[in-house]
Amino acid sequence: MIEIFGVPLLALAGQLLLGLVNGSFYALLSLGLAVIFGMLNIINFAHGAFYMLGAFAAWMLLDNFGIGYFGALVLAPILVGAVGILAERLLLKRLYRLDHLYGLLLTFGLALILEGLFRDRFGVSGETYDVPDVLEGALNLGFMALPKYRVWVVGFSSLVCLATWLVIEKTRLGSYLRAATENPQLTQAFGVNVPLMVMLTYGFGVGLAALAGVMAAPIFQVSPLMGSNLIIVVFAVVVIGGMGSILGAIVSGLALGVVEGLAKVYYPEASATVVFVIMAIVLILRPAGLFGKEK
Amino acid sequence: MRRLWMVLVLAAAILAPAVLYPVLLMKVLCFAIFASAFNLLLGYTGLLSFGHAAFFGGAAYVAGYTIRELAWSPLAGVAAGTAVAGILGWIFGRLAIRRQGIYFAMITLALAQLLYFVCLELPQTGGEDGLQGVPRGTLAGLDLSNDLTLYYVILTISALVFVLIHRTIHSPFGQVLKAIRENEARAVSLGYDVDRYKLLAFVLSASLSGLAGALKVLVFKFATLTDVHWHMSGDVVLMTILGGIGTVSGPMVGASLIVTLEDQLADKVGALVTVIMGAIFVVCVLLFRRGIVGEASAFWQRMLGNRNSPGI
Repeated sequence: MIEIFGVPLLALAGQLLLGLVNGSFYALLSLGLAVIFGMLNIINFAHGAFYMLGAFAAWMLLDNFGIGYFGALVLAPILVGAVGILAERLLLKRLYRLDHLYGLLLTFGLALILEGLFRDRFGVSGETYDVPDVLEGALNLGFMALPKYRVWVVGFSSLVCLATWLVIEKTRLGSYLRAATENPQLTQAFGVNVPLMVMLTYGFGVGLAALAGVMAAPIFQVSPLMGSNLIIVVFAVVVIGGMGSILGAIVSGLALGVVEGLAKVYYPEASATVVFVIMAIVLILRPAGLFGKEK
Repeated sequence: MRRLWMVLVLAAAILAPAVLYPVLLMKVLCFAIFASAFNLLLGYTGLLSFGHAAFFGGAAYVAGYTIRELAWSPLAGVAAGTAVAGILGWIFGRLAIRRQGIYFAMITLALAQLLYFVCLELPQTGGEDGLQGVPRGTLAGLDLSNDLTLYYVILTISALVFVLIHRTIHSPFGQVLKAIRENEARAVSLGYDVDRYKLLAFVLSASLSGLAGALKVLVFKFATLTDVHWHMSGDVVLMTILGGIGTVSGPMVGASLIVTLEDQLADKVGALVTVIMGAIFVVCVLLFRRGIVGEASAFWQRMLGNRNSPGI
């Protein structure tokens, strides 16, 4: 049996994979936060609630309409994104001219409302959602077995993150987006419909959160509280990575998931706190965040 | 005018136990201290902390532990809680003031969550159960297990805290804080060491929040994870906004309303309390950002202004 620092290789690899899975969720969520922050200049506190909404959407689609995992993977982000767009049009839009903190406070209220409604309806215990049949079981690599579903989550979310990055950095649409982030008035003057882009950006960011929620549904319980605990860790991830760069959000999300996985192996008591401790250290050494630029 | 108001409020507070349940009144006072301490930071320095539950709950645990396990007197326990909250405030403040605006809010929230997990796992805090059955003890021969006696003790402490906050706001130090809130760059260019002022305000706010949390332990005889949970941080933000950011009496009004509302609704609507709190948040942010006291005084100013200059 091969051991690394007294831990069997297999246990280590298992935790690393689980860390990567968590890291994928951090990456998807902090990517959404960063995209929304870039356009709207608000921190979307309701992001965790939308992630929870995504998981519940998947569960309800299956329960009520018999729509399975892959259908939910497409439909849930669209549905939840639509809810997000509605919230942007009706509520957030009124705050753009005010201090950014009001956006944080409003979305905090929104998160409380969503969480409370689901807790009232479903209690705190949560529902189970099965892994789709195709992804059931494990890949046998000879020396160890990899659960297929976890590999899928890491692979697919990396793909989504990469695609988002490519769209923002390499396409015409992305260039409009970056221009609108840099200077909305000027971009508007060039004939780009900035309010529409703001709306769609919010919907897209929220949709990413819902997508993470769908993928999380088979791994964790589908519960009303699943989002609120996660979002605070994601905030720490965002502080560590800095919100200036899209790639930074993705990389730091994945990396911190892995670090958390390692902590579970070597020092389990610290696994819940390690991300926050790293945040404190980064703040001391590099206050702007690892990938951030000081404004 | 203002003095008359203060005398009236104090008289009402002294007579209140004749009509209202003293434990509820004590809860209101604790949260009024908490929200006023929070407002010192948000309203007068312009810093939004989303982690004040750490000071409130951290102090609650320290007070509960020292009083129950180490058999300290209630006053010593409360003092210890307040001091630890101040030290925590210094640590959190040192880290958080390195960033501004929403980052500040996120950092304080994350650090508070760190403390939450520490409280969950430390053997001294009783994990999920928290510290139950903390004795109230006696203070200078007064038996604090009597609700009425404890009420007047807490009322006295609260009055002193409100005087302290009032003095701080109107001191030269308070004026510098307001200058930082209005225009940080200008305060820097005037030669003020802005970070030091922010840190001092943060420590003061954290200590007083700790005092509120420690007193809460005397009232309810327990300290639990609820006290350090981020919902608590959200509650104090809500109280302050509802009452009026940057007004002296706003946080007290907000705290009274929210505590009473939670008390009334708790058994009736269950989890929907969260929905109602969230809805109040949304309505406050969208419709009256000045809060109840802020709107009332703006209305009052308009009335006066109209009378003095009818042209406008």
